[in-house]
Amino acid sequence: MKARVFITLKNGVLDPQGKAIGHALNGLGFGSVGEVRQGKVIDLELSGTDQDKAKEELKAMCEKLLANTVIEKYEIEIK
Amino acid sequence: MTKITADMVREHGLSDSEYARILELMGREPSMVELGIFSVMWSEHCSYKSTRVHLKKLPTKAPWVIQGPGENAGVIDIGDGDACIFKMESHNHPSFIEPYQGAATGVGGIMRDVFTMGARPIAMMNALRFGEPSHPKTRHLVSGVVSGIGGYGNCMGVPTVGGEVNFHKSYNGNILVNAMCVGLARQDKIFLSAAKGAGNPVVYIGSKTGRDGIHGATMASAEFDDASEEKRPTVQVGDPFTEKLLLEACLELMATDAIIAIQDMGAAGLTSSSAEMGDKGGSGIELDLDKVPQRETNMTAYEMMLSESQERMLAVLKPGREAQAEAIFKKWELDFAVIGVTTDTSRLVVKHKGKIEADMPITALSDAAPVYERPYKERAALTGEPSFDKKKNALESLKTILASPDMASRRWIWEQYDHTVMSDTVQVPGGDAAVVRIHGTNKALAITTDVTPRYCRPDPFEGGKQAVAEAWRNLTAVGATPLAVTDNLNYGNPQKPEIMWEIVAGIDGIGAACRALDFPVIGGNCSLYNETNGEGILPTPAIGGVGLMKDVSKMATVGFKRDGDVIILIGETKGHLGQSIYLREIEGREEGAAPKVDLGLEKKNGDFVRGLIEAGRVDTVHDVSDGGLLVAIAEMALPRGIGANVGIAALPDAIPFWFGEDQARYVIAAPFAEAEKIVAEARAAFITVAELGKTGGDRLILDDRSSVGIASLKDGFEGWFPNFMSGEEIPVKN
Amino acid sequence: MKSAVIVFPASNCDRDAKVALEEMTGKTPAMVWHQDSSLPDVDLVVLPGGFSYGDYLRCGAMASQSNVMREVKRHADKGGKVLGICNGFQVLTESHLLPGALMRNAALKFVCKPVGLEVSETQSAFTRKYENGQRVTFPVAHGEGSYFADEETLDRLEGENRVAFRYAKGENPNGSARDIAGILSEKRNVLGLMPHPERVVDKVLGGTDGRALFQSLIENLT
Repeated sequence: MKARVFITLKNGVLDPQGKAIGHALNGLGFGSVGEVRQGKVIDLELSGTDQDKAKEELKAMCEKLLANTVIEKYEIEIK
Repeated sequence: MTKITADMVREHGLSDSEYARILELMGREPSMVELGIFSVMWSEHCSYKSTRVHLKKLPTKAPWVIQGPGENAGVIDIGDGDACIFKMESHNHPSFIEPYQGAATGVGGIMRDVFTMGARPIAMMNALRFGEPSHPKTRHLVSGVVSGIGGYGNCMGVPTVGGEVNFHKSYNGNILVNAMCVGLARQDKIFLSAAKGAGNPVVYIGSKTGRDGIHGATMASAEFDDASEEKRPTVQVGDPFTEKLLLEACLELMATDAIIAIQDMGAAGLTSSSAEMGDKGGSGIELDLDKVPQRETNMTAYEMMLSESQERMLAVLKPGREAQAEAIFKKWELDFAVIGVTTDTSRLVVKHKGKIEADMPITALSDAAPVYERPYKERAALTGEPSFDKKKNALESLKTILASPDMASRRWIWEQYDHTVMSDTVQVPGGDAAVVRIHGTNKALAITTDVTPRYCRPDPFEGGKQAVAEAWRNLTAVGATPLAVTDNLNYGNPQKPEIMWEIVAGIDGIGAACRALDFPVIGGNCSLYNETNGEGILPTPAIGGVGLMKDVSKMATVGFKRDGDVIILIGETKGHLGQSIYLREIEGREEGAAPKVDLGLEKKNGDFVRGLIEAGRVDTVHDVSDGGLLVAIAEMALPRGIGANVGIAALPDAIPFWFGEDQARYVIAAPFAEAEKIVAEARAAFITVAELGKTGGDRLILDDRSSVGIASLKDGFEGWFPNFMSGEEIPVKN
Repeated sequence: MKSAVIVFPASNCDRDAKVALEEMTGKTPAMVWHQDSSLPDVDLVVLPGGFSYGDYLRCGAMASQSNVMREVKRHADKGGKVLGICNGFQVLTESHLLPGALMRNAALKFVCKPVGLEVSETQSAFTRKYENGQRVTFPVAHGEGSYFADEETLDRLEGENRVAFRYAKGENPNGSARDIAGILSEKRNVLGLMPHPERVVDKVLGGTDGRALFQSLIENLT
């Protein structure tokens, strides 16, 4: 089973990197770009087939290590 | 077996005559793996085939030299049983293609060269050359290279204490990234790469092998064309975390007596490390590639032998010590595998999946490698005195020069490097030389990198001399005794006779200066083919110099420290404006002859200045180099904002006097009574000396007539770099 | 005062911390490997600067999950002193021994330079030898030192006088909220700060402003 975890900054947490990306895109002539927020993607391979169980486990992984819930939020996708 | 075609030979960067020689040495057609091995071992990068005959002329010996060129790095005796191990190496081509990773892996590679010999790295320097600031790629390259150097060095916890940066259009398509590492070891704990004896286990340690950088060594030996920017997959990715673990694990293993020989896997990875270890030890090596830790699946013998995956080492252990070594590497969570054995056959044998993929005499890769005496042709010398506008205002020109790309403060760069970690950095970047205390003692090493490429194009010989002399002068200016150098020779295509002349004359110049100054070359690296679409770089033989201070508390620094100090110029000023910063930045021309270096004067003036510092009589010294005398004085005023009133009576021509780049000069500042004695002693020793004025106030006053505020000079000096970079794109943290 | 320095893989200021402690206390601290599951009997635990686990994922995240951190938490729960410097501060926030988080510097670049600080709280075992409001200079050397916490937490930190060090006016090198450079735990026995006091205990290296921090601890713990 393959899973993908998206980690992004919580709304309201300043994202200087996102801001700089937005600025750079505007500079390149992409005038339509407004606010930009960046984050990371983590791909995991999991053994087993029980999707619900995997989801629970992934949630625990995020809470414990993958995300810092003081500043970050996460989303889980199982394929 | 794959039939070797002429195309395959050419793709491997081998000439027809080289391939003919391979057939002769092998007595048969080589296998693909063997062809790959020959191609990297016979590449310019590994074999020095164009420069070897000339490098032999360099002085490499002195009573304090423990190990000269030929090992991973050179070693000098710094007293009390301590040894200093250092080397400089280029990572030019990879840094142009992928600046962050290219620079980062350059730093990682040179650190491995030093710690593989048993030294803990204690300082890093770098010499960087970029294209002109207005070139569209320059900002991106500066940003990437600087964050790559910082990203790797900072994580390693080794301070990056200085370096140099130039901008010039000749580097537009071919930047130079030269990194130098200085390490410290005990003299009785130095490790070499000679794999002596048969039947000893060959072990692989560090990261797993992937398909990274295959053919990096041949890439570094070929000219660029526009298509090479597409060759991204061959760029290696650095992992400083693993390197830090590898460093600690190696030093832990080295504290035992289990190691016979050890060498890092740099360019051409497993191939060059095994061939060089076997060659130096006079033994053979048999490798079983099935045992190599692999990161990717289905790797072929060819790929494994040529992979340039980073953070790997090869070692030969004493028999029976495998378990002891393995325990150390397990603790540090690194891969460890016995992948072969030394033999008495003097052959390199490579086995994979039950097949012998290569079986070749090791001497075919080393002694029998081609050596060329390439033809060279002198270019007509640039001579003559350049003209200049005598009416230009000196202080206005000074302001312009201090805010120019080559002269402005490099603070924007070095504040991105952790330069104080390890708590021994006594002189931070921005001075004449960095000074790093030898841990737990009152002694220190002074370190510098120098070359003035704009002198090397019109006069490669004087330029080579000047690079060495300036390094020697910078070490002297902080109060250190210069001990030895590493050279990083960056040139264009040696198959062009004029470029080959630049190389030969440059090496001759370096040799002459090193001999005269008792400053031997203990290691180095050549980077040739630095050309893009046929345009060569300025000849850039970067010199990394190391000196020793017995008492670090006597160290001199550039900045004025007190009001009322007398400012003294040591050395003769004729006003040489040819190839000067003044001529380029103010008159907009790169003309005339390079300044001549009188090595006897260098020694005499330098020894005099060093004597004053060592005796604790002078704490404020700056050598006079790029930009000339007035720039040197301004650079002394800037650090603490202490001004000066300077001038000289009966000046025939103000501009050449203040901005000429005559060599062998220093400016010192000392309280009145001491200054009077110094001037008298200099005269008695037949050293040219002049009193220029006094420190004080917050302005630089010239000839009692005109003046400029130090604060306004500082704005331009500190402002150029951040202003230039403010349009930068997003630095990528990898 | 007995002390221990925790060594994570790719800690790199562990030796600096050791040398500073030796210089200040005259005793060699215990160097404790991250996989150890017990701490020696000490008064002070130092989490040093560096790039633990390469700072991969997030600075301090993986170190906070190591064996030894369970013991460090226990030590702190019992009221033992813990000092986290730079990466050590990041480990402390990731371990929830201190509130908030350290984010990428606002200028997106690593920054190494001496920075002016104000000692804003002297009622602690770490700062009592400083004067209230005293201006000191410590070097910083970090890429991710921008202190973040929600407004409520920031108000609480200030209300409870738990901001031990602030960047002096105009000197904030990383965009930290309310110029915060170092904070205390609720029980005031844990201090985390981004600047490096251990790099300024030796005159030759350009300053001795860090000495008072160690002297405070020595006075408190012996």
